[in-house]
Amino acid sequence: MLRYILQRGILALAVAFTVSLATFFLLNFASDPAYSIAGEDATPEVLAQIRETYGLNRPAFVRYLDWLGSVLQGDFGTSYYWNKPVAELVSDRAGATITLALSAVMVTIIIAIPLGAWAALRPNTLVDRFALTVAVSAQAVPNFWLGLIVIILFAVMLPIFPVSGDDSWRHFVLPAFVLGASSVPAVMRLTRTGLIDVMQSDYIRTARSKGYRGFTLLTRHALRNALLPVISVLAVQLGQKFGGSVITESIFAINGLGRLALESILGSDIPTVQMLIFVFALIFVAMNLLADILNAALDPRIRIG
Amino acid sequence: MTITFLAEEIAESLPPTPRQLTLSRALNHKGFITGGAILLLLAIIAIAAPLISPHDPFAQSLSTRMLPPVWVEGGSWEHLLGTDQNGRDYLSRLIYGTRVSLTIGLGAASIGLVIGVTLGVVAGYFGGWVDHGVSFLLTAQLALPGLLLAMALVFIIGPSVWVVIGIVGVLHWTYYLVVTRAATQRIRNLDFVAADRAAGATSGQIIRQEILPNLLPQIIVIFTFEVGIAILAEASLSFLGVGIQPPTPSWGLMIAEGKIAMFYRPWLVVLPGLCLFILVIGANLLGDGLRDITSPEGRN
Amino acid sequence: MTSPLLEINNLSIRLKVPSGVLHAVRNTTLTLNRGEALGIVGESGSGKSLTAMALMRLLPKVANVEFDTLKFDGTDLGDVPEATFTRDYLGPRLSMIFQEPMTSLNPVYTIGRQLIEASVRIGRMTKAQANTRALELLDRVGIPSPKARMAQYPHQLSGGQRQRVMIAMALMLEPELLIADEPTTALDATIQTQIMTLLNDLRREMNMGMILITHDLAVVSENVDRVAVMYGGEIVESGRSGDVLAAPAHPYTRALLTAIPHMGGEPKRLGAIPGTVPALLQPPKGCVFAPRCAHAEPRCATERPPSQGDKHHHRLCILTEKTLAELPPAVPSDPLPKREMAHEVVLEARHVSRVFHSRSGLFGPRHEIRAVDDVSLSLKRGETLALVGESGSGKTTLSRLLLGLDTPTSGEILLDGQPVEAMDGLRRADLVQPIFQDPYSSLNPRRTLADIIARPLALRGVGTVRERQLKARELMERVRLPDRLMHSYPSQLSGGQRQRVAIARALVTSPEILVCDEPTSALDVSVQAQILNLLVDLQAELGLTCLLITHDMAVVHQIASRVAVMLDGKIVEEGPAAELLANPKIAYTRTLLDAAPQFRPTETPKMEATS
Repeated sequence: MLRYILQRGILALAVAFTVSLATFFLLNFASDPAYSIAGEDATPEVLAQIRETYGLNRPAFVRYLDWLGSVLQGDFGTSYYWNKPVAELVSDRAGATITLALSAVMVTIIIAIPLGAWAALRPNTLVDRFALTVAVSAQAVPNFWLGLIVIILFAVMLPIFPVSGDDSWRHFVLPAFVLGASSVPAVMRLTRTGLIDVMQSDYIRTARSKGYRGFTLLTRHALRNALLPVISVLAVQLGQKFGGSVITESIFAINGLGRLALESILGSDIPTVQMLIFVFALIFVAMNLLADILNAALDPRIRIG
Repeated sequence: MTITFLAEEIAESLPPTPRQLTLSRALNHKGFITGGAILLLLAIIAIAAPLISPHDPFAQSLSTRMLPPVWVEGGSWEHLLGTDQNGRDYLSRLIYGTRVSLTIGLGAASIGLVIGVTLGVVAGYFGGWVDHGVSFLLTAQLALPGLLLAMALVFIIGPSVWVVIGIVGVLHWTYYLVVTRAATQRIRNLDFVAADRAAGATSGQIIRQEILPNLLPQIIVIFTFEVGIAILAEASLSFLGVGIQPPTPSWGLMIAEGKIAMFYRPWLVVLPGLCLFILVIGANLLGDGLRDITSPEGRN
Repeated sequence: MTSPLLEINNLSIRLKVPSGVLHAVRNTTLTLNRGEALGIVGESGSGKSLTAMALMRLLPKVANVEFDTLKFDGTDLGDVPEATFTRDYLGPRLSMIFQEPMTSLNPVYTIGRQLIEASVRIGRMTKAQANTRALELLDRVGIPSPKARMAQYPHQLSGGQRQRVMIAMALMLEPELLIADEPTTALDATIQTQIMTLLNDLRREMNMGMILITHDLAVVSENVDRVAVMYGGEIVESGRSGDVLAAPAHPYTRALLTAIPHMGGEPKRLGAIPGTVPALLQPPKGCVFAPRCAHAEPRCATERPPSQGDKHHHRLCILTEKTLAELPPAVPSDPLPKREMAHEVVLEARHVSRVFHSRSGLFGPRHEIRAVDDVSLSLKRGETLALVGESGSGKTTLSRLLLGLDTPTSGEILLDGQPVEAMDGLRRADLVQPIFQDPYSSLNPRRTLADIIARPLALRGVGTVRERQLKARELMERVRLPDRLMHSYPSQLSGGQRQRVAIARALVTSPEILVCDEPTSALDVSVQAQILNLLVDLQAELGLTCLLITHDMAVVHQIASRVAVMLDGKIVEEGPAAELLANPKIAYTRTLLDAAPQFRPTETPKMEATS
């Protein structure tokens, strides 16, 4: 078990640094950072000056190692655009995004899992069709558009929740719903198929032959097996909610990491963008690691090899 | 022995061929028919855009700005769905927007297909370290915040239809990879592949002639879904201002442009959103349908 | 004796399937007394498992069950509500064990929890009582150190052990009736015998009734008092097992008996039943077996067969006692072609080993598995060499090495005197071809039969498409497949037909050697006979050399000229078939032979008299 977690942990770190390397090179080769700092119409002299100051005339790989070294020492660099340490920017804004991401996943869980389970227990009935309709529609709705529609509805017709800002929990209700809705189809479908598979398995037949039926059968024999894959996918969804917060935060004017990312991109602030992508990737791998550990705890086939 | 021969000869009629079965399932699948019809209709609209749009989608007219659709008070038959902030005919812009969405959807999904299927088949077939490497790549790709990276790259490289297609395509291959890798692993362990190898086939021949044809239905299904996903990705990028640039009529961009007026001119936001919804739901219904039809035993 | 333990009258089961309604079981009548064992025998699709599932109320909702009476210990089960049935019947009165021990236990809960939970839940035992009982039973079914096992999870046990746990679980509340659905089919032969012996002992100890569902007549002949033979959803013959097996009165039972390879005496040509088991989308007008019956008369196709005989030996057939008495005995009688002893070596393995490495995870310790361990073996022209062993003995790995599908870790393989590794793939394929176990996975589902059979030719670029199609047609004739199937797809074929296609493909390049890996073990008995006969015929016609990999000693006896026994990656005994089967030199071979069901109806006195 411990070795398993250790392995997963090492793998997670390797993934995070691969991502940072890929991002570094993509962003640095796609553009000349000096231009971003100086602006499009800078003279060659100014550009050379900037390259000298920021060390941009060294090979990219050296600069990556340099960046990585600073990161490992806790120095996340300084934003050209905000003129502030990136670490400070990120920590100032992280709270809102964490709240948003967690509550979005809660929304997903509350809608998707009961609906998926219900559909699985009554396949090919009205319930199942309803669940499928929800999934297909939620998958086809552009998330930013759903956000705007929700704002139109709640700002004008049903003003019970605020549609802009991040001052109280009530501000997070609508954004969490919008961001959470995008994960409903995937989680619901997985719950449904997973539970259908389990209900058709040989060990459920065994349990039925021992007299288990209905709700007891579900809770005592089916649920744990069916939820194992759902846990992994929820972790992936939670990890992706951080990166996915860009749209929701900008629509609902939440001052979080997503909005910071959008503003940094529009301001050509490459170090901040790079750090944010790295932070999001770190969160993603951490969530995955958590899911692996949970799965190991719940599934003896992983725990006891 | 002659008895055996004769008895099988006179056995009752054969069950239908796989193709006949697929066809009959397709014709009885409501979702498939609906999705197919939606996509077909929108494809025709996209191709015939110059013929059917009532106005030039780029022609501005300051005197007729923000006209409402015909069913709202103040609307006119001249502009069925009204006009936008610059007085351009909204219906015509929506019709031309179909072109942008479909081009980007098909283009990006194709790029993803090539990358994902290649990696998936290679990893699934060769296994071992190749597979470990590809799996690592997969986890890394999943860990990347895709929308954010796409925004950054499009912004830095400079937005155009081709850049958006390329970047959305390059960032959307994981679904192909996951499915084709698992399917290839399963198929490569089936005895007909061993039989082919025993008959002297090379790995290339086995992959191209035995494995890929068996993956085809699944690849088509994913392609259909990915078209929808890519269309939504483009719309999101354009909405955030780092995708298709004005004055090109992209539905996402139209929503962004209409956003300022959305409280008193909601149709500016609602209409392009509905177009996106219908197009993507068409693709998803078609994909769901194709999946049911090609693998009837496993729904979802 | 008072009322029977179980009484079923006119049970019918209909299943909704995509293509219509399947009349899976029709008018089935059964009785079972206390302490009695009844065998229900049938091929796949005969409805034998559905009957048991209906009794246990385990059928899915798409099934429609009807019956005149369904009495358990005098109580009409039709009147027992679901809640009462699950509480008072399932467990304490009725219990069932299933075919798939690997998947029938819940992987995420401990053995202990799964053993005791049901008894505690319905309030029959306290937790402590259940615990004691479970420990007792685990000990009784032969699980070593039961206490430790209780805390373990299913994946930590072997298949045989899991089946023992299943048995213990079924017996927790001392049921009056135990239904065993193919309880040993998924297990190795040596373990099969142990499990069957265990079941029989327990049945006697607890005075339980038992219904043993199986496709294997041999298992029935050794283990039950009475037998019911099911075909196409009906019981076509039933009676005391000795009577039914010694003097089968239904043409299907008779044909089935001649289709089974026997261990004793000279091997004879098997009596294959033509055609395949029907799918019954409409209830049959006449006799369900008529289309395949050797004694069918025109009226068999239009009239329902009469019910004949008495309750001790009953049949559903037009044949009268008189006609039956005149029929030849139901044993294979035609001689097989003489096997010649060969000398010229065509395929040879010299000190071949294949070692697999596995790691648990990325940094875990490396495990080494010697699947094939220093094996030397030679295959001589024209012979059939049987490679025998249980699962995990390395026989399939060895066959893959011989086919060139895998390379040995050490040692060398010579094909016609040349090292196989250095040989071009196409050249190698001209000499040796495989036939695999599972005909459902050995054909590409997206190709037509003509395409599949001609594929090796296409790989070689031999001839035009038209010429290759002609060649495919020729091969189809050779394996007795009608050429109207040329353009059909594998999914349209039965298992037996698919295996013929696989054989045709293997023969299209006229190889010298066939490597057949369990070629018949996925097939029903009647179809197995067709394929074994075909292999024997082809070998005589084409002078083929065969390596036959099998676990079935009766099949070995039927077609092998020489035998090599494999255990833990090594060849432990090798010799001419007749000699080795009669006088095995080592204990392991003897165990294998003893474990092979000793099914010899020829030895019953009655048969001696008629023949």
